[in-house]
Amino acid sequence: MDYIPNTERDKEIMLKEMGIPSFESFLEDIPKSLRNFSLTLQNGLSEPEVLKLLQDLSKKNTHTDNCISFLGGGAYEHYIPTIVDHLASRSEFYTCYTPYQPEVSQGTLQVIYEFQTLMCELTGMDVANASMYDGSTALTEAALLAIRLKERNKVVCSRAIHPEYRQVLKTYLKGFGAEIVEIGSPEGITDVNQLEKVFSDKTAAVLIQNPNFFGCIEDMEAISNITHKYDALFIACVNPISLGILKPPGEYNADIAVGEAQVLGNYLNYGGPYLGFFTVKKELLRKMPGRIAGETVDSNGKRCFVLTLQAREQHIRREKATSNLFSNQALLALRACIYLCALGKKGIVEVANLNIQKSHYAYERLSALDIFEPSFKKPFFNEFVLKAKGNFRINKINEHLLRKGIIGGLDISAFYPELSNSMLLCVTETKTRESIDRLVNELAQIKV
Amino acid sequence: MNPIEPLIFEKSSPGRRCYSLPACDVPEKSIQDLLPAKMLRKEEAILPEVSEIDVVRHFTRISQMNFCVDTNFYPLGSCTMKYNPRINEEAARMEGFTKLHPYQPVEQCQGILKLLYDLEQMLKSISGMSAFTLQPAAGAHGELTGMLIIRAYMEKKGETRHKIIVPDSAHGTNPASAALCGYEVESIQSNAEGLVDIKKLKASFTRDTAALMITNPNTLGLFEKDILEICKIAHDAGGLVYCDGANMNALMGIARPGDMGVDILHLNLHKTFSTPHGGGGPGAGPIGVTEELKPFLPIPRIEVLATESTEKDKTNTYVLNYDYPDPIGRVRAFYGHVGMMIRAYTYLLSLGKEGVCKVGEYAVLNANYLRYKLKKYYGIPYGKTCMHEFVISARKQKGKGVSALDIAKKLLDYSFHAPTIYFPLIVEEAMMIEPTETESRETLDAFADAMIQIAKDIEQQPETVHNAPQTTPIGRPDEVKAAREPKLKWEKNKSS
Repeated sequence: MDYIPNTERDKEIMLKEMGIPSFESFLEDIPKSLRNFSLTLQNGLSEPEVLKLLQDLSKKNTHTDNCISFLGGGAYEHYIPTIVDHLASRSEFYTCYTPYQPEVSQGTLQVIYEFQTLMCELTGMDVANASMYDGSTALTEAALLAIRLKERNKVVCSRAIHPEYRQVLKTYLKGFGAEIVEIGSPEGITDVNQLEKVFSDKTAAVLIQNPNFFGCIEDMEAISNITHKYDALFIACVNPISLGILKPPGEYNADIAVGEAQVLGNYLNYGGPYLGFFTVKKELLRKMPGRIAGETVDSNGKRCFVLTLQAREQHIRREKATSNLFSNQALLALRACIYLCALGKKGIVEVANLNIQKSHYAYERLSALDIFEPSFKKPFFNEFVLKAKGNFRINKINEHLLRKGIIGGLDISAFYPELSNSMLLCVTETKTRESIDRLVNELAQIKV
Repeated sequence: MNPIEPLIFEKSSPGRRCYSLPACDVPEKSIQDLLPAKMLRKEEAILPEVSEIDVVRHFTRISQMNFCVDTNFYPLGSCTMKYNPRINEEAARMEGFTKLHPYQPVEQCQGILKLLYDLEQMLKSISGMSAFTLQPAAGAHGELTGMLIIRAYMEKKGETRHKIIVPDSAHGTNPASAALCGYEVESIQSNAEGLVDIKKLKASFTRDTAALMITNPNTLGLFEKDILEICKIAHDAGGLVYCDGANMNALMGIARPGDMGVDILHLNLHKTFSTPHGGGGPGAGPIGVTEELKPFLPIPRIEVLATESTEKDKTNTYVLNYDYPDPIGRVRAFYGHVGMMIRAYTYLLSLGKEGVCKVGEYAVLNANYLRYKLKKYYGIPYGKTCMHEFVISARKQKGKGVSALDIAKKLLDYSFHAPTIYFPLIVEEAMMIEPTETESRETLDAFADAMIQIAKDIEQQPETVHNAPQTTPIGRPDEVKAAREPKLKWEKNKSS
């Protein structure tokens, strides 16, 4: 199936009308030597055949509904209201382009405007953009903004930030010729004393994740104050679901708040596409990367929405743009928007509360087992780290659990050699008491 | 004309609910007992309080204010707005894909890893490149990844080259991506034919130059007929060639960038490979490289570990390999836009070899047909024929006081989405038209008729074009006001 409506007959009619003897004459500029290759592809398949192949591949994966998963670490399982799938499946949303013709794109533009409003509400920040690729690239673009604005080439970054986010930051900053100063988190949260010592007149920004990779809640207020004492930007990378209850970046004076909004109505999708968000204080508006929708009026004086402040962007500024961004994650922002509308003012608090209650229940029961001890004793949101005691081994524990249909916590020793034999467990609202108890009971039976 | 739909916040009414969560089934404690007060939110977030029917009507209504490929012909140059097959959506929405956590053990993810591996092989065959990474999230992200690879390659060779050459017809992302990697960007002027000026390129491509970024076919829809020499000039000077594959649709089954001498190529799955544009994203921008640049690709890479096989029952084991000597690192968390890769893979299975070849052929045929129909009425400054798209100039119409923007707006009244306008920058009053292969002769005829009617109207009654659009949900917006008095979110009591 090739989705091409025109047939050989149409082709002949068209060529005849153009007075062109053969299609090949359109390709005269292509050197003959380039025309000689063969594609090693299979023959095209019918719809039932393709569907069968995809179903077979899909079934080869063990997905999170077929087991009980306690994995988190930057990708989270949350309930998704059914209306999210239904409304986001409207092809008026997913088969349109970037809203460059506002007269026929008010749907997309209004969604972006509502998304911006919702993200400002959740984070307590002044301005939001239309979205970024994911949490890691949003954090990195925030660091780049600070480096450009402050004309300084160092950023201070907590080691408790998601390791893969730090790897992305490192990749970008190397190209950009800037340096990362990492500070440790021996007790599960960023070492504030060490932070004070690393500042210099080259420090553009401090980057902190909250809750951090270990699930622990940082003292954002204290770090924000120290950062501002040195005239650097404070960049917070936050989990939007946690903001139903946790203090939002606007309340601790963050200059930029970014994060991963996959949690807002988007599936795990084996790691992507996800939804980065980017919010700033109003002073930084014109330095912000990415698209922004704004309100205005049309020729009849009616309220409407357009993409605005485009003079920052690459299609106008080329090499002087605030970033090279072109596409964003509009369709996932739509899902986040529908999700937040569905949850509403009460629901966002309820879902955050369920995460806290269930993870604390699991934490208490698991830390009481002989095989574990908590790695840190800090307040946490929906994730925590446990270390296997004595001769117990995390990989053996996880193998045992897998046999029982449970995916245990993420072994974090590859990311943090200093935290050997430890796992990061995540408990969201999707875990029932029964499934948590099952995990506990399976673990209680493990022998060295 | 649709009535304007209020913002969802304006529909909010205290106490309304749209979704219910299960009750807490573990012994509930007070939040204050679990977390220190200083970590808690003081002011609650004012999210809307609406019922399910409110939310459903709201998003349904605003969706109806959009033009989209499913409702309207969308001849947006350089964007390849082809039909997005439904089977792709069906596949990407299978639970075995959507509910897969990126940190699940690879043994549980063999299906998706096989799919990703096989997609890389298909893209290699179509493009002629030696290896692919699927990680980049978009075309521009692929460009950035490519620039980082160029930088790493040069460093490994012990060379410091600080310049990237970009033709003046290039997409804006090209110079922006190069600058993001710390490169100095030199723009070279196209020649009278709208192609890369070989003489200028030779003079500019010095030992300081790391690479040339080229788009082929270029943004005028013209094939760079000197491509072999262009690549040779770069290579002879010890440099590399990066190809922006935004226009790959023209080449499907016709020619391969890898055979042209291109060292790095990005593909846009959301253009050439039929994944939907989603109102701005997500896209996906895999990049392909030559054998020589393979060691620099980002990690992890997907590999086949071992093949235990009898001819009949072949079992491959797919793994994520992080162990490479010279990778540039990671360009995003996890493995890329997997959902888009599933769609592209499904598309390629449906198309097969013959289908892929037809894509290029019918995309070029459709563009030339439209070009032929319009050339009597509009100026076409470059080329005698075109590849998958062409650029007209409304310069003549501008003489009558009607701009490319006016024509674009008038097309909306004919229920056609406008072409890309004012790009490429080297054409005055540019209108860039790309019909794609998924449109029928009848649709092309209807679009041509509308364009011809507009050209005639401009001669006789230009004001009718000035006043367009008249039939869309809103009239022309005041963009100056939007930028001068930025209002970027809804605020209670402040909204008029």
